[in-house]
Amino acid sequence: MEENKEMYLAKYAKATHRIGRITSLVTLIMLLGAPFAIGAYLGAFPNLGAVGKAFLSVGLVWTVSSIVEFLVYTPMLGSGGGYLAFITGNLINMKIPCAMNARDIAETKTGTPENEIISTLSIATSSLVTIVVLAIGVALLVPLQPILQSETLAPAFANVVPALFGAMAYQYFRKMPKIAVIPLAIMTVLFIFVPGLASSTSILVMPAGAISIGLAYLSYRKRKKA
Amino acid sequence: MLELLNSPVIYLICGLIVLFVAVTCVIYMVRAYRAGIAIGMDKGKLNRAITSSATFSLFPSIGILLGVIALSGSLGTPWPWLRLSVIGALHYETQVAQAASEAVGIGGLSAEHMTAEAFSTIALLMSLCIMWGMVLSIFFNKKYTAKLSGSPEKKKENKGPGFGDEAMAAMFIGLISAYLGSYIGGFVSSKGRFTFQGDLTPIIVCVVSALIMGIFTYFTKKKNMVWLESFSIAGSMFVGMLVAVFV
Repeated sequence: MEENKEMYLAKYAKATHRIGRITSLVTLIMLLGAPFAIGAYLGAFPNLGAVGKAFLSVGLVWTVSSIVEFLVYTPMLGSGGGYLAFITGNLINMKIPCAMNARDIAETKTGTPENEIISTLSIATSSLVTIVVLAIGVALLVPLQPILQSETLAPAFANVVPALFGAMAYQYFRKMPKIAVIPLAIMTVLFIFVPGLASSTSILVMPAGAISIGLAYLSYRKRKKA
Repeated sequence: MLELLNSPVIYLICGLIVLFVAVTCVIYMVRAYRAGIAIGMDKGKLNRAITSSATFSLFPSIGILLGVIALSGSLGTPWPWLRLSVIGALHYETQVAQAASEAVGIGGLSAEHMTAEAFSTIALLMSLCIMWGMVLSIFFNKKYTAKLSGSPEKKKENKGPGFGDEAMAAMFIGLISAYLGSYIGGFVSSKGRFTFQGDLTPIIVCVVSALIMGIFTYFTKKKNMVWLESFSIAGSMFVGMLVAVFV
């Protein structure tokens, strides 16, 4: 039975990578091809010189942050979840917290096949919900736009991310309060003294994460020795 | 121009790509569910992972829809719809679209100055800048995840719980800390250092949503209302966002 299960899982993992690679490649080709297809329809192809220039000014930063994101988030997402999340995007504000939450609920451990399955399920579901919400939203744009953009509701939608991180903070800070205090304090002081950094929060996630992982490791070593 | 950008042909091109990605998601979902059953995982757990992820994603998705609306004024609706359905990230799209429109010489992102060339250039740049996660996945996901899980023999030697779970939780704590820090810093210093004139709303929203999460946790853990767990984040977010309306 055990052997069967392992063989099944090995086959499952192999297919995950095959499907992941093919679908990522096809999506990539379509995404890069679409501007040319639309350009052909509109009668003007992309200006490659301008693309190059703009790429140097903003693209390089995104390239570097993509590499870091890939290295940091792939372990949190697993292989199937990783392929999907990098196709569907919105990692920090949605996919990562969503997968973490699903794992907490299913109580699975990092590196196990159960965890891989739950992450994949979670990220696939989350992506589908976004696709469906956006499709419905776009189809009903005319009646929905005044409601969604009304002044009354504007503050609610401006605060989706704080609402998400508030709820997640309760769960995670409670788990490791000692580890949470220091990065939170450092980040708060940093943002107080350099308020202009607020637009680069997604990049500052990296040093903040490194600090908490460092602290967690120190406490892990201490407990292991004891 | 905007009418052209909202024409059925462009909807069709973008819609086909969105459809492809949706099908990919369904394939992954079905496979993962089947694999879960096959290795003897509890069906209830799998279902809860799905419902919790669905409710969890609802409000952020509406937030993303607002991004589509914001960009649709200058880029038409179908392209931003595609961009935010597939590898989009809200904070990314606007910034890149803005930079591209400057590089292509139409000044800023506006419907008035949009030309066919400007549009296809902006569109290509938006695709190009954010594709690296996919490129890296294609080449390195397999090796990288294999390295992380390690060989099964090695795992058996290494008894006791590993550091992996704690590292993930710690990374996530760092992520949350960076955002919370930015809200506090924004309130204290965004209108001049230590002026305490910035926006207090995100902090209030965070606190309220954390409090509601606490109440949910009490009922799910202490009162054993496990079904509630799937809705706790969405519920907390809803109340937090509602409070933002009244602050």
